[in-house]
Amino acid sequence: MKAFAALFESLDRSNSTLSKVAALESYFRNAAPEDAIWTVALFSGRRPKRQITSTQLQLWAAEVSGLSDWMLAECYQQVGDLAETLALVLPEPHANSNEIPLNQMLSHLQGLQQADEGSKKAFVIDQWAQLPTTQRFLFNKLLTGGFRVGVSEKLVAKALARVYQKDEAAVLYALMGKWQPAALSLEALLASDAASDASKPYPFFLAYPLEQPLAELGATEAWQAEWKWDGIRAQLIKRADAVYLWSRGEELLNEQFPDLCAALQDLPNGTVLDGELLCVENRQILSFNALQQRLGRKKPSKKMQQSMPVALMAYDLLEFAGQDLRSLPLRQRRQQLKELLAENTSSALLLSESLVFEDWQQLGLFRDQGRAQLAEGLMLKRLDAPYEQGRKKGSWWKWKVNPLSIDAVLLYAQKGHGRRANLFTDYTFALWEGDQLVTFAKAYSGLTDKEIKAVDAFIKANTLEKFGPVRTVKPQLVFEIAFEGLQLSKRHKAGVAVRFPRILRWRQDKLPEQANHLHELKVLLTPGV
Amino acid sequence: MSLLVFKPEGIFCPPANVYIDPWRKVERALITHAHADHARWGQRHYVAQEHNEQVLRARLGKDISLQTVAYGESISINGVRFSWHPAGHIPGSAQIRVEHRGEIWVASGDYKVENDGLTPAFEPVPCHTFITECTFGMPIYRWQPQSVAFAAINQWWMEAAAAGQNCVLFGYSLGKAQRLLSGIDPSIGPIFVHPSIAQMNEALAAVGFQLPATLPLSSYNRKLHGTGVLVLAPPGAADGHWQKKLEPYTDATASGWVQVRGNRRRQSLDRGFVISDHADYPGLLQAISATGAEKVICTHGFTALFSRQLREMGLDAQEEHTLFMGEGGAAAQEETE
Repeated sequence: MKAFAALFESLDRSNSTLSKVAALESYFRNAAPEDAIWTVALFSGRRPKRQITSTQLQLWAAEVSGLSDWMLAECYQQVGDLAETLALVLPEPHANSNEIPLNQMLSHLQGLQQADEGSKKAFVIDQWAQLPTTQRFLFNKLLTGGFRVGVSEKLVAKALARVYQKDEAAVLYALMGKWQPAALSLEALLASDAASDASKPYPFFLAYPLEQPLAELGATEAWQAEWKWDGIRAQLIKRADAVYLWSRGEELLNEQFPDLCAALQDLPNGTVLDGELLCVENRQILSFNALQQRLGRKKPSKKMQQSMPVALMAYDLLEFAGQDLRSLPLRQRRQQLKELLAENTSSALLLSESLVFEDWQQLGLFRDQGRAQLAEGLMLKRLDAPYEQGRKKGSWWKWKVNPLSIDAVLLYAQKGHGRRANLFTDYTFALWEGDQLVTFAKAYSGLTDKEIKAVDAFIKANTLEKFGPVRTVKPQLVFEIAFEGLQLSKRHKAGVAVRFPRILRWRQDKLPEQANHLHELKVLLTPGV
Repeated sequence: MSLLVFKPEGIFCPPANVYIDPWRKVERALITHAHADHARWGQRHYVAQEHNEQVLRARLGKDISLQTVAYGESISINGVRFSWHPAGHIPGSAQIRVEHRGEIWVASGDYKVENDGLTPAFEPVPCHTFITECTFGMPIYRWQPQSVAFAAINQWWMEAAAAGQNCVLFGYSLGKAQRLLSGIDPSIGPIFVHPSIAQMNEALAAVGFQLPATLPLSSYNRKLHGTGVLVLAPPGAADGHWQKKLEPYTDATASGWVQVRGNRRRQSLDRGFVISDHADYPGLLQAISATGAEKVICTHGFTALFSRQLREMGLDAQEEHTLFMGEGGAAAQEETE
């Protein structure tokens, strides 16, 4: 754990990509390979299964530290991270503890699965007494799951590429998919591909939002435009007689969508499609709401599979007949995709059609219809570009429809977490209904640091009531809230729920009485939901 | 009637008709220490511990009416005995002991229990009622011995110097800056100080505090273009203008708040070293217990939480609203609002 803790410390204190990569590189050069693969796993979001609940941890920490439950809860609120809170309040560890390598610590933790509560508790308390502060914090992080240290998979790949003298893109690809750090050597992982692991997905290519005027993209003939579908990004693989459906977060979705996997079983082996997962009934796309209900079920019932059928709206072909097509220009990949889909008869596989437009102005008209198409906007892709990986500027752009927006009053506030613990940054907004304010949305982001400070000061000076961590604030500040759509909801007082609410701007020019009314929001209800 | 009461002007002693650290203008102000939230401008007469002579005049005006007393020395006002005792917070800081007809109160201002080697160490003063700060009155705030932080600072400076970088370290002009100067290894390289720190160094040197030699930071100073220097500056001076001349540089703060990772990262500085001139949570409990006081009044910091904790431990504890700030930070402002 010592080397891992030292790596964490140098990553944590650094703001520059350059020094982060350097720290990773020096770690990978010196670390034991069986530890290094765990570090790769943890930094790429592959965390060990949780064996102990956070309630158990809090109970044991209260017992060991002698703190009251309320004080421990206040400390957690102040720090914003349970693992760190516990590391800070537990008694000072003994000096000269034995070094436990990272991989051994993790196999200990996995071993707790069969253990009873008493031995789990004994193990945890023993580690707390031994580990120095940073290691104790990391140990708690391993126990509680979430492991965000400001290091992207890309930086890890960059460092590994240097150490093992490989191509960065090849390393990124090798790190994709499901693999078990306990059962694999780092070298085997770096050499893995579709041949060694048929389920292995390709890294997704992600688009940046379009910032420049369309005219700067040059001639329209060089570009393909299609709808930006409002579903979830997915990669479908058919290799060695099996189908694998991956989300962008590298979750295998086969269990959630058995109907789709069965329907696409007949695709030829050695086929990989990039597309959007959507609920589609009789070739009509259903709203995101339907898809969300399906996503919520780990194993959907037959009835649900029938009432909310899903399809893959394919927009790219990454592999065909076992050949990696990613370096070919989009024009050729599309041609092959169309040929493949021409033979397809399943209603579960659709082609994301390219839009025909004469000039950029006409494309703007398409975008204006986006919401009616249940699309988030448009995608623009260079026809001569290869399929790249990660988020890159240049050959793919997303051009979203303008968000809907409404002016609302700040009513409740709560402190943020992590970087924003201590500042009131989580806001609940309300609209007028008669002379009452009715809450309809929570939003966290959209203000500058300076504005956050000003709003924070306002909240502290204008608190009407406190309910635990939540404060009721004097209804005075007005914000323009942007959102992507709305639907009826029983969960919110307002009876509607908005999607992706965020703060567009602080309307310092508006008085609370000038905020919008609930009926003005309901007018915008998405038709057909 | 209580010996000390909390009035809109400040902490008032009715039988003596004097105030301790008042935040409004009064006739006579007894001062615990020279920080701006305790020693405010515009009082008719000041009484303070003798090490504050130069510092108070530099901050509040050359011509203020100031009476000074030594640690342990007592003065009597209308039959009330007042004496000043080391608080260990910053040079010249004191707890003010108030005795009247056998009843003893102590107003401790700000304090820390660790001996920093520069400021006379905190001295427990037995009393019936203890008025305490609780800037860091939560168990998450627990300091390592200062040698740990100084070793980290020295290492940071040495590594930066070896990599051809300068160092900028932020700390308050009065107290923190001198503590840093007395703990950092001056053999690593030249140390520059911001003018406000130079002024306080001078005022403290005049009353006998020994500090290592420093160079004045000036926007015309070409020496700053060299590498491996350490610059000490107050947090408020970070305007980016003079820092530009130091590039490439790495910056850091020395504060108790950076004990919490989120606070440290919010500073958007490269490093945060945990060094505070306030008592940590165990330090507060230790100091309170050493006074033997039955009654404790919490004035600034996490007053609600800390007084509840003290009540659970069987003390008669309460919170009083004051305008003291503790170690400037979001959390301190939060709790003193």
